[in-house]
Amino acid sequence: MAKIIVTTSGKGGVGKTTTSASFSTGLAQRGKKVAVIDFDVGLRNLDLIMGCERRVVFDFVNVIQGEANLKQALIRDRNNENLYILAASQTRDKDALSIEGVEKVLNDLADEGFDYIICDSPAGIEKGAHHAMYFADEALVVTNPEVSSVRDSDRVLGLLASKTRRAEKGERVKEHLVLTRYNPARVEKGEMLSVKDVQDILAIPLLGVVPESASVLTSSNSGSPVIADAQSEAGQAYTDLVARFLGEDRPHRFMTVEKKGLFNKLFGG
Amino acid sequence: MAMDLMSFFRAKKPATATMARDRLMMAVAVQRANDGRGLSQNSLPAFLPQMREELIAVVRKYIPVPDSAVNISVQNEDGLEVLELNIALPDSKLGN
Repeated sequence: MAKIIVTTSGKGGVGKTTTSASFSTGLAQRGKKVAVIDFDVGLRNLDLIMGCERRVVFDFVNVIQGEANLKQALIRDRNNENLYILAASQTRDKDALSIEGVEKVLNDLADEGFDYIICDSPAGIEKGAHHAMYFADEALVVTNPEVSSVRDSDRVLGLLASKTRRAEKGERVKEHLVLTRYNPARVEKGEMLSVKDVQDILAIPLLGVVPESASVLTSSNSGSPVIADAQSEAGQAYTDLVARFLGEDRPHRFMTVEKKGLFNKLFGG
Repeated sequence: MAMDLMSFFRAKKPATATMARDRLMMAVAVQRANDGRGLSQNSLPAFLPQMREELIAVVRKYIPVPDSAVNISVQNEDGLEVLELNIALPDSKLGN
């Protein structure tokens, strides 16, 4: 049985696509067969973050409208043979998706033996976001420790609890908090909402905290998901997050300021 | 002068994260009430907006106050939830 997971947030620019790319790559690294779908029709970006933009021939809309079959449109990841990307259309508008069309693609992917299907939602709470979340079994709610992002995430939680197939059947979509762009130094200074603050307000289980990290930008520059950068804190945070998702018990890291030793203080380690 | 200097050194930037937290508690409570999401799902007081309306109505039975005169917030102080209610009364209506 394929598990469908939506990456969602309401607010734009909080790290949805970064999270989708690293989460799907991480699951594939752990031997799962994974498809990741960009639902942001008209503004595709996942292909750039995954570094496969030059290999997009057919896209999600082409498949829904019968202009290509699924196998033609799925792009196999360069580094993980069991990871496939389905790009969004760059030329069509957002009305090109239909809920029936989305359902058929998801069913076909399940028939192909995929373990996980990751739906990368567009920002907002309009049609595209609805399509991305409707069939989800679980949701990664990507949130920044910042007022507008937290409120938007709460709005999305309301939609997950009412406007999804699971909700209509009286079931729940399993929600996971992914707190990104976290800056422990600013939290200690009282300048930024803490993990606990955000958890208290949203009241959903924490899957992972991803620290603000320069490597997120440099990884996107080179078209490689940040999880592939094992040296970076953000990459390690995503690796932990994936392990936790798969049921491993991993303590949360990167939530406090690392105390530099005297040597490092003096010589700038 | 000495005082100024003292206050300069003692001056602590306000902890804006606390303000963010308190404002969000209220904003999210209003949002959840609008969505018809109640207490069962989470621990925040979804009844706050309605309680605010009812309090305004009670106050108005005796004193004409504008909507903006009644302010409710939930704050977290040392792990203790504090419900703060502020009613600004027009000067002329008191003590006459």
